[in-house]
Amino acid sequence: MSRPLRDTRAARKLFAGRALVAGVLVFLLFSVIAARLAWLQIVNHEHFATLSDQNRIRLVPVPPTRGQIFDRKGVLLAGNLASFHLEITPEQVGSHAQMEALLEQLKTLIELSDSEINRFRRLLRRSPRYNGVPLRFNLTEDEMARVAINQFRLPGVDIRNDLTRTYPLGTHMAHVVGYVGRIDEQELARLDPAEYSGSSHIGKIGVEKSYEDVLRGKVGYQQVETNAQGRVIRVLESTPPTAGRNVYLTIDSRVQRVAELALSEANFNGAIVAIDPRNGELIAMASNPSYDPNPFVNGIDAKSYKALNTSPDRPLYNRALRGMYPPGSTIKPFMGLAGLAYNAVDRYSSIFCGGYFQLPGQDHKFRDWRRGGHGRTDLDRAITESCDVYFYDLALELGIDRIGAFLGQFGFGKPTGIDLRNEKSGLLPSQDWKRRTYNQAWFPGDTVSVGIGQGYLLVTPLQLASATATLAMGGRRFQPRIVHALEDPALRRITELPAVALPSVAAPDRRIFEWVTAFMTHVVHSERGTAFRAVGKFSAYRIAGKTGTAQVFTVGQNERYDASRLKDELLDHALFMAFAPADAPRIAVAVIAENGGHGGSVAAPLAKKVMDAYLLPTNAAGAPAGASPPP
Amino acid sequence: MSPYAFQDAPLHDREAPRPRLLARVHLDAPLLLGLLAVAAIGLVVLYSASLQDLESVIRQGTRLGLGFVVLIVLAQVPPTLLRTWTPALYAIGNLLLVAVLLVGDHSMGAQRWLDLGFVRFQPSEIMKIAVPLMLAWHFADKQLPPRVPHLLVGAVIAGVPFVLIAKQPDLGTGLVVFSAGLFALFLGGMSWKIIFGLIAAIAAVAPVFWEYGMREYQRQRVRTLFDPEADPLGAGYHIIQSKIAIGSGGLYGKGWLNGTQSHLEFLPESHTDFILGTFAEEFGLIGVCILLVLYFLIVARALRLAAGAGDTYGRIAGGTLALVFFFYAFVNTGMVSGILPVVGVPLPLVSYGGTSLVTIMAGFGILMSLHFHRRRVGH
Repeated sequence: MSRPLRDTRAARKLFAGRALVAGVLVFLLFSVIAARLAWLQIVNHEHFATLSDQNRIRLVPVPPTRGQIFDRKGVLLAGNLASFHLEITPEQVGSHAQMEALLEQLKTLIELSDSEINRFRRLLRRSPRYNGVPLRFNLTEDEMARVAINQFRLPGVDIRNDLTRTYPLGTHMAHVVGYVGRIDEQELARLDPAEYSGSSHIGKIGVEKSYEDVLRGKVGYQQVETNAQGRVIRVLESTPPTAGRNVYLTIDSRVQRVAELALSEANFNGAIVAIDPRNGELIAMASNPSYDPNPFVNGIDAKSYKALNTSPDRPLYNRALRGMYPPGSTIKPFMGLAGLAYNAVDRYSSIFCGGYFQLPGQDHKFRDWRRGGHGRTDLDRAITESCDVYFYDLALELGIDRIGAFLGQFGFGKPTGIDLRNEKSGLLPSQDWKRRTYNQAWFPGDTVSVGIGQGYLLVTPLQLASATATLAMGGRRFQPRIVHALEDPALRRITELPAVALPSVAAPDRRIFEWVTAFMTHVVHSERGTAFRAVGKFSAYRIAGKTGTAQVFTVGQNERYDASRLKDELLDHALFMAFAPADAPRIAVAVIAENGGHGGSVAAPLAKKVMDAYLLPTNAAGAPAGASPPP
Repeated sequence: MSPYAFQDAPLHDREAPRPRLLARVHLDAPLLLGLLAVAAIGLVVLYSASLQDLESVIRQGTRLGLGFVVLIVLAQVPPTLLRTWTPALYAIGNLLLVAVLLVGDHSMGAQRWLDLGFVRFQPSEIMKIAVPLMLAWHFADKQLPPRVPHLLVGAVIAGVPFVLIAKQPDLGTGLVVFSAGLFALFLGGMSWKIIFGLIAAIAAVAPVFWEYGMREYQRQRVRTLFDPEADPLGAGYHIIQSKIAIGSGGLYGKGWLNGTQSHLEFLPESHTDFILGTFAEEFGLIGVCILLVLYFLIVARALRLAAGAGDTYGRIAGGTLALVFFFYAFVNTGMVSGILPVVGVPLPLVSYGGTSLVTIMAGFGILMSLHFHRRRVGH
């Protein structure tokens, strides 16, 4: 047999032999199955027939209670409310025509909207006929009574009690907490059916989605006895479900509310993120505008959804996590650190700012925001007054490779790794990136723009807050986290999640962080600082911060930026990043007010409100006491 | 009759008269009839198992129709073309499997689907075809029986996708792909010494695999198999109920639409993986035996067509596809009747669901192409 078989005849013969053996084996194995079936169906037929006749025992899944979500202080953010819903079991109704008649009959008893009936029909199509299909949720006492009285002539109609997910704070915290919704067909195809049997809902977005596995719990089973029609008569045995764990967020809902109101009262779309720099825990994460998650739980009607989805303000969009903005001048403290770290500048070296910057041998003028320039400018002054020319020059000196390497250490250009899904990574441009994306070489002018946080550089509010926290800690980094602790509801045992330290920012001399922090306090507390008039004058504690005004619209070479002539959506974004108290930081904040205009006057006061709420003692009414700007 | 019944490939080897109409479009009437018969049985059982939901039956009928269209189209593709593209198909399949693991949505349990925006599919399905073809491609220009290095390469060809699929984790499909590898090696003429050696080795490795290679839920399934009553509320429930369904059917069955196990919701997955339970309950041992005979005839006919293919590539590819079909039928009937672990393999052409159905039909289409194009290839 080991003789080489090259000729086709021999090869065919070899295969024919093997195929024959395979055919015989196939026959034998099918015979084994047939014998097994005969064993079950002939020899043991009596036994199984008896079991089948007596088979009134059915296994019914009991869905677990979903874990609740609380804020840092135990304020309920997502809970379960006992409610009653009406469902119809198609099998017991009969034909299609009978179902239509039944629906008409029900309409005379309780109010049914078209969208409810449409949703019912949709669910009806994709569930087996023996399963109850929900028609109407949250029945009132009155409606329940009317259905109950008429139940004898409503075959297949049942009132069931269950727990409905509710979000008591409504629009507040919606972007953080997210919501649950009915399991859709795509999810159904992906899920382990055993784990989700009996459950109709699943976390769709936010903490509800990211912590789905923790919140869900474990399904239980009941062994029930049924009558011949399959109706449950009694419960025989049960394996109770294990309730999902409760989740405590790091967010303080009081501070969160202040952040949300700061944006919404000033009528800005935008985001505020506040982080505890000492451990990376988020104190607030606001995105304005927001939406009410409650209608999503049992299926939002198409019209409302369309309104939310097509609104130009994009309320469903979590700007804090997914918005990508040019950081503008808020990047300058980091650029300053890069200059010091690479010895491109020292603390006292200065340049002359004449109001614009030109690349050698080029006509293009990179303008400073102050037309006349800042004169002789060192790093302190460049940060305090936000001199652009200093940073144009510094960026060119550093080059994009070193800028990228240094800023990357603060987490720019990468997801921060926060425990929420779908985080955007911002954009830290590089030569390689530009070649891949635009098939173009990197020009020195590209580097110059990056120096003042314009050009290709994009950051998310979360990244900016996290980087600010890192700066505040002298380069020590922590991964941002939104969940503080998990609680086992049965044992009432709370497990705190540990802070996750990330690699520190490499710097030859740790004092560069102290220097830049000092310069940032000048931004707020020195009379020349860009945030002095709006914030520093009234502050009860020392703040280190940096304003930013990011261009959305490119002003022509010989034109001036004139806000009154621009449409709202082309106005500059106002930004502010800060931490406080400057000498022992407990909170780091990033604010982005879309099309808000100037960072110092617009964004900085919003950040101050959030820091006040967190740092100052609260009076009985919950509003922070202490200094505040005069009305 | 010669002992090698397959040796004299019967259809057009001799001075054949004009080929029949179907043969001219590269289709084999007996095999088509067998497939149609099983498909028809499937629809009849589905009507009962889905609690007389005509919509499900129509949907499944549409899928079957699509499956037959795929079969007829693939039967027209010349094997030379197929052979040329085999490595590319295999490579793409593996890349997609890697993509599934990388793009996977990990908290959702198993990730098997790839979402291309306009269509969602399981790349593991491609491998059910690509692995047999790739193995045939590999052995086609080697000396047969293959030498050990070639066998090892063959094992790698089947092993890589198996590992990728098992990681998803989808043990059922993984085993189908892995078995394809074994079948190809066997049909390629691996020596009996090695075959028995491997069987001994597997027996030795099995305990290690049990400890380190399997997930807890997979171990649970195996444990439940040997003692379903130990976990009557959990994993054992399936097997207990399906045994009751089959056993209570007796010789003649309870009659169509009269099964109580499936209709009163005792039998889980009564229209998908466990549809054999419904069938056995309503049609009895006689019905199930007819189905088993049909399956056997399909496999036997397919092997015979493979033996008549024009070259080694066609023979091994066709034979492996035939045996993969057998593997489906055997594993499913074995698990539903409680002699094999529940690994989630559908009953071919009968279970409700579309993806594996189309793959199976595609396999038969290729098989017919390999057989009926052989004359042109030979000349």
